[in-house]
Amino acid sequence: MIDIKKYIDSGVLELYVFGNISEAESREVSSLVAEHPEILKEVERIEEAMIRLSSAATPSLPKSFDHIFKYIQGDTPVIPLSRKDDTAISRKHTPWKTYLQIAAAALLIGTIGFQLSNNQKLKNQLVDSQEKQILLETQTGIAEERLAETNLLLERISDKNIIRVPLAAQTVDPEAYASVFWDDAKDKAYVDVSGLPQPPAGKVYQVWSLTFEPLTPTSLGIIDGYNSDGAQIFEFDNPNASQAFGITLEPEGGSESPTMEQLYTLGVVAP
Amino acid sequence: MTQPDLLIERFQQKDEKAFAEIHARYSESLFGVIHAVLHDTELSEEVLQDTFVKIWKNANAYNPSKGRFFTWILNIARNGAIDKTRSKAFKNSKQNQSASYFVDILEEQSNFTSQMDAIGIKKYIAMLEPVCKKVIDLLFFKGYTQKEASEKLEMPLGTIKTRNRICIKKLREVLDIK
Repeated sequence: MIDIKKYIDSGVLELYVFGNISEAESREVSSLVAEHPEILKEVERIEEAMIRLSSAATPSLPKSFDHIFKYIQGDTPVIPLSRKDDTAISRKHTPWKTYLQIAAAALLIGTIGFQLSNNQKLKNQLVDSQEKQILLETQTGIAEERLAETNLLLERISDKNIIRVPLAAQTVDPEAYASVFWDDAKDKAYVDVSGLPQPPAGKVYQVWSLTFEPLTPTSLGIIDGYNSDGAQIFEFDNPNASQAFGITLEPEGGSESPTMEQLYTLGVVAP
Repeated sequence: MTQPDLLIERFQQKDEKAFAEIHARYSESLFGVIHAVLHDTELSEEVLQDTFVKIWKNANAYNPSKGRFFTWILNIARNGAIDKTRSKAFKNSKQNQSASYFVDILEEQSNFTSQMDAIGIKKYIAMLEPVCKKVIDLLFFKGYTQKEASEKLEMPLGTIKTRNRICIKKLREVLDIK
């Protein structure tokens, strides 16, 4: 049970009437007002005082209601006011006045139409610009990602433990070259294939680790997603005691053993 | 003043007659509030008209459980007036320089439009402490929150509410509101 007198004396009811408190507080006061007639009475007194004070500050008598009435007409549904002079007013209209009104209305509609279509154009332009911006942002995002990936790869292959193995061209394509950066400690091999031609359709490059005596090729994997403009360094697991690396062109999906006729590059790990 | 609940209900059902009565009941008060912010009769007339159009169009937005009907329309009027202070027309009007508080307006007014309270209000203003003038001006006429008023007046936050109550109590005594 609240102490009503204390509550009233706190001054919260004045602020409630003035509208200076939050909606939540106001709801709280409202429910107390509904419960306690004494609080309601106090609120009514405060409201009366404020209405009389502000009315005294009015600079002149406000314009009549008719003045506002014309702005709210046409708002449906309405219970119309009976306006006895309505018919009298309409009878006074002379035809040219009507034509003028029609012309004015047509002009207005035209103007509105023009503005609307203008507005639509601007909206379309805005959407267009927004789309372009999103596209640019996406492109920037992709570029940033690639840069980060490349930086990471660079960091890895510039590690002092990396063994760099240049792979030289073979008879199939004397221009081809590639490099393997082998991190023996982490069993990783990074293969730079930027010097290989775009593989023909239906074919993929496959990377091999080789050990000699006897010559044993072990597949590290195929170069999946080769893209001449995109990523050119591919990462493979290489737990083998590799003595050499080779890259062959194989049918899609790769082969069990290398097709030696299609050996593009080959390099021996420096002892 | 008892809130005319039935009238408000009819108004919310878009009864134009009820709305005309509401206009008659509150337009002077709202005009006074708007004018206390703008100090320009012509601009205040514009805002008053906009206020009533808004009240009509948003009739269903009033919810008695949120507060008084008067508070609802007071807010619409005050916000409209404050918006107007950002307009070019207001910035160009010279009249807003002379008076800063509602009491200045009341003091300047030699013949009160609202006759019923002329003597009472004059008496009230004469005995009103300067701090009351400021507190009522900010809280009621300009719609400041307690916090904003306490910052503006450099008064402790906790005293604003009670100070305001004392000021309004005096007004009620003068107006003989029982």
